[in-house]
Amino acid sequence: MKEAKYSYFPGCTLKTKAKDLDYYARECARALGAELEELPEWQCCGGVYPLGSDEIATKLSSVRALNTAKEKGQELVTVCSACHHVIKRVNDDMAHQEDIRTRANNYAQFKEPYQGETTVLHYLELLRDRIGFDTIREKVTHPLTGRKIGAYYGCLLLRPSEIIQFDDPENPTIMEDFIRAIGAEPVSYSFRNECCGGYVSLKEKELTHSLTGKIMESASAEGAEELITACPLCMYNLKQYHGKDALPVHYFTELLAEALGIKPSEKTNGEGA
Amino acid sequence: MMKIDREKANEIQELSGVNTKKCMKCGKCSASCPSYEEMDIKPHQFVSYVQRGEIEPLLQSASLWKCLSCFACIERCPRDVKPGKLVDAVRQMVIRERGGNHLQEEEIPKLLDPELPQQLLVSAFRREKK
Repeated sequence: MKEAKYSYFPGCTLKTKAKDLDYYARECARALGAELEELPEWQCCGGVYPLGSDEIATKLSSVRALNTAKEKGQELVTVCSACHHVIKRVNDDMAHQEDIRTRANNYAQFKEPYQGETTVLHYLELLRDRIGFDTIREKVTHPLTGRKIGAYYGCLLLRPSEIIQFDDPENPTIMEDFIRAIGAEPVSYSFRNECCGGYVSLKEKELTHSLTGKIMESASAEGAEELITACPLCMYNLKQYHGKDALPVHYFTELLAEALGIKPSEKTNGEGA
Repeated sequence: MMKIDREKANEIQELSGVNTKKCMKCGKCSASCPSYEEMDIKPHQFVSYVQRGEIEPLLQSASLWKCLSCFACIERCPRDVKPGKLVDAVRQMVIRERGGNHLQEEEIPKLLDPELPQQLLVSAFRREKK
């Protein structure tokens, strides 16, 4: 199979606290016939999409990333839920909000104006829509048979669905389909797309604890024995919960790497890149 | 008598892109809000306050710092009002004023722990500080 090349935006946390998310994403992509080429000189997306209608400067790092991918003629892949959310929304602004498009282009001065041409893909979309879960199933050498896994979507991957267009925002299936493709059993539970507390956990520990508790209790009551996430902030917040229903949490790329025989079973010492 | 500030109310509607007149008071936003119990002014009430032009209580509201930006109220609003955008616009209005920052650099060292992801810090600074 010819190797497809994609532009890749790792983001701030995948270079630091979430190296496992990054390292296994790259290794698995290679094993599945896709090359992730890290964008040169990418800048942090800012973590949250600036909602204010007059915000321009806060969107420029995403615009630059999008334009670089356009110049390379590649689709832009992200793994972190937050990067994906921010860059996809800024891309939508550049395609549909004339005021933002004009002002951002005046500021950036690219060779030609950027108008939302780049396709932004979350890594899970890469797996579903470009590689295909059937292909993944064929390439799995170490199926995670018997493991009961709850998908934790959180907020940023799904909402607002009219722009993110990732999956059904209330009844998503992409992560469950992924879990099936690696040979494990998906466990559905009601809090899989409710918020973990996000950045508010910096100061509001009790609030976050109550929210992550509801997620863990809900997953545990349905029989999940572990959770997967795509977001380093969800990972952090979920791991801060130590109540009786606390479940182990993994990045989805770690389990993909296990299934493809790239990563030894169960958690390693966190060494990656 | 509550002070009415139409100018600020208009500014909030412009910054947020929200048309408060479309709200039918169904309460789905507040029912969906994971921070509902922590909020002194609830998401559905934000719409009414802006509609009436009662802005001062919003500027003082603890809810600004309890909103998780999870977009549940934005996704689930059946009338395309999306109260979370109002909460964010008021928050922007507060931090854009001199001395309005909710988070200061000096606070960070005591809030850090070894596992805390960079994503959390950049997000918090973008939301709570100008």
